[in-house]
Amino acid sequence: MSDTTNDAPETPRGPSRRDFLRTAGLAAGGAVVGAGAKASTPDPLITEVQPFASFLGEGVDATPYGMPIHFEDHVVRRNVEWLTADPISSINFTPIHALDGTITPQGCAFERHHSGAIEISKDEYRLMINGLVERPLVFTFGDLMRLPRETRVHFCECAANSGMEWGGAQLNGAQFTHGMIHNMEYTGVTLRTLLNEAGVKPEGSWIYVEGHDASSNGRSIPMEKALDDCMIAFFANGEALRMEHGYPVRLVVPGWEGNLWVKWLRRIGVMDGPVQSREETSKYTDLMPDGRARKWTWAMHAKSVVTSPSPQMPIGHGPGPMVITGLAWSGLGKIARVDVSIDGGVNWQTARLGTEPGDKAVTRFYLDHVWDGKPMFVQSRAIDETGYVQPTKEQLRAIRGLNSIYHNNAIQTWYVNENGDAENVEVS
Amino acid sequence: MSKCRKLLAGTALLTLIASPVLAESLGIGRLALPEEIAAWDVAVMPDGRGLPEGRGNVLDGEDYWIDYCAVCHGDFAEGAGAWPAIVGGRGSLTAERPLKTVESYWPYLSTVWDYINRSMPFGAAQTLETDEVYAITAYILYSAGLVDDDFELSHENFTEIRLPNEGGFYLDDRAEVEWPIFQQEPCMSDCSAPVSISARATDIDVTPEFPVIRFTYSDGSTSAVVEEVDEASAAPEADAPAEEVQMASLDPALVAAGEAAWRQCRTCHQIGDGARNGTGPQLNGIVGANAAQVDGFRYSPALTEAGEAGLVWTDEALDAFLENPAGKIPRNRMSFRGVRSADERAALIAYLASHSD
Repeated sequence: MSDTTNDAPETPRGPSRRDFLRTAGLAAGGAVVGAGAKASTPDPLITEVQPFASFLGEGVDATPYGMPIHFEDHVVRRNVEWLTADPISSINFTPIHALDGTITPQGCAFERHHSGAIEISKDEYRLMINGLVERPLVFTFGDLMRLPRETRVHFCECAANSGMEWGGAQLNGAQFTHGMIHNMEYTGVTLRTLLNEAGVKPEGSWIYVEGHDASSNGRSIPMEKALDDCMIAFFANGEALRMEHGYPVRLVVPGWEGNLWVKWLRRIGVMDGPVQSREETSKYTDLMPDGRARKWTWAMHAKSVVTSPSPQMPIGHGPGPMVITGLAWSGLGKIARVDVSIDGGVNWQTARLGTEPGDKAVTRFYLDHVWDGKPMFVQSRAIDETGYVQPTKEQLRAIRGLNSIYHNNAIQTWYVNENGDAENVEVS
Repeated sequence: MSKCRKLLAGTALLTLIASPVLAESLGIGRLALPEEIAAWDVAVMPDGRGLPEGRGNVLDGEDYWIDYCAVCHGDFAEGAGAWPAIVGGRGSLTAERPLKTVESYWPYLSTVWDYINRSMPFGAAQTLETDEVYAITAYILYSAGLVDDDFELSHENFTEIRLPNEGGFYLDDRAEVEWPIFQQEPCMSDCSAPVSISARATDIDVTPEFPVIRFTYSDGSTSAVVEEVDEASAAPEADAPAEEVQMASLDPALVAAGEAAWRQCRTCHQIGDGARNGTGPQLNGIVGANAAQVDGFRYSPALTEAGEAGLVWTDEALDAFLENPAGKIPRNRMSFRGVRSADERAALIAYLASHSD
């Protein structure tokens, strides 16, 4: 398995400068082979003056707030209609197959609503903190903007991401198997700062958070987590939250399942125990083979997926140099390493990390590979800073059976055939 | 500056002791009033804390159930279409296809009461009276076989009711059960015999159509993004001129106001191009139509009878129905409280008319 341009680096960091130079040299060598192919006729895109090279383009004010160029119209959230009874209490999926880097643009970041996305203005917005506090408080949006702010990058993954894959390979595309995740830069106020304003009484050991929307989506969170790293966010990726992500204020619960990240946050109740709301009893509990269920399985464990090649993003070219890339994340901390296999897990190579891993944030990985044109079983496995290694489906099923729905962080396999087309499979 | 230093000092102290004992506040925000807290803090806990005084019995609950709940959850709480069953499934949790309901899975009755009170009916949350919530909860208990038909649920006997699966949950034990297995140094080479395909998604074929992304390459592989077939755009144009004539006779401002008011209807109803039946029937052409006539929709017996008796959805009939659906046609399945404002009803009817011949 030495047919890549990148000798597997042992370090969890990106390659050294020397690695880079060696890789670049090999890649250049590969390019010489490609450049040997001769064109029979001159390319009119080069020899003829193109309209865009002669006429004028759009002026500066044509689009005061721009959308992606229309060639990218296919890079959109998609829904799987049969998953839910209607599109209002429903979910769609981030087009992770078509994105690169780590930050998910808000406009294509997956949505999960329980009673639809609501419109509430900053002027109408109120946040209440009450319960076991010295001073029950009401904040306007303007009030919240007077409190000290922080900026951090975190992933938000729905607990049910990959939940359709427990019973077998089911949905054919990284968007559908792994697209209930996004990764954004949030700016807002820590719960530590907020709760300090109200003054938590000693018996306040939990918070109960709920939204303005009809579902309320109430969830209980232990005070320890609330004071550790939770925050309320007003901005994502440098701009106001989009409506579908909770405008004007949402909760950020780093590393924990997305259902806790209450949108359109309305109230933080300080409690002496969990409320046992619908979302933390009948839902978001993991049914085990003995008929009992795990509860409070909040943390999302280490997981990764190859986004290209994948069913929506096949290899469109012939044999030769190519980039295998994907995403890795862990709710327990930072990603330490990502391994990639092209033979279904028999042999592994350590991939290059495209970004410095962040705490409870998505990390991009790349494997610069020279494809021999033969079929591949492409897999990735994430390893986080606790030493947790992303498990196989067999390992998870041996413990959890097939009916736990949530928290499927198993290794994903894409079968890539000799034409470069990819498909979701299981291997044994 | 001194305030800033004080804040920093406080933060450092907190980091060290990591307890809810907190630093001096900045004095931002204002005190919440008791009426405000009462309006928003409605959470109910398993020990009954948070429950308001009230009561409701199974028989009343059945009536409310038919009015507000049955359209999605079935007459007997068994579920309808893709909407969830509320009862049944006891003993199924180890089966191949478990049925997780209040009866088989939910641990606490407080969760049922709290969720109905806060978030149901779907599309008309926070409209039920306290006694209605008690009655509906009582009807669910009855449908689950947990109480008799003469049962009344109240704040006084609430905590005496225990759900069958209360003991069916345990705390997350992944750190003890899974981490020791998954925190081993992984194998890097010759980890198993060669593998082969054991399952493939294309055999199941439940993935929506999607475009495949391809680029142009100098090695001769050329193709652009393969676009999905857009059936909507391929459909022939409808009678556009006729629609324009119809639109012209309506007040555009009223139609626009009606479109805004339509938001409360769209949970269940669709209108316009491609509208389909959902929880409620699609409403193209509803103004001037006979009641209960939309193809393929299963109406309540009450609405079917009204249609057979000659009810026509004139502006006046729609106005009365929208004002009080259950009053105009008792026991119909539209779980909607009605629109109080006459102006809003007029706007809605204009909007409906803009989608009618």
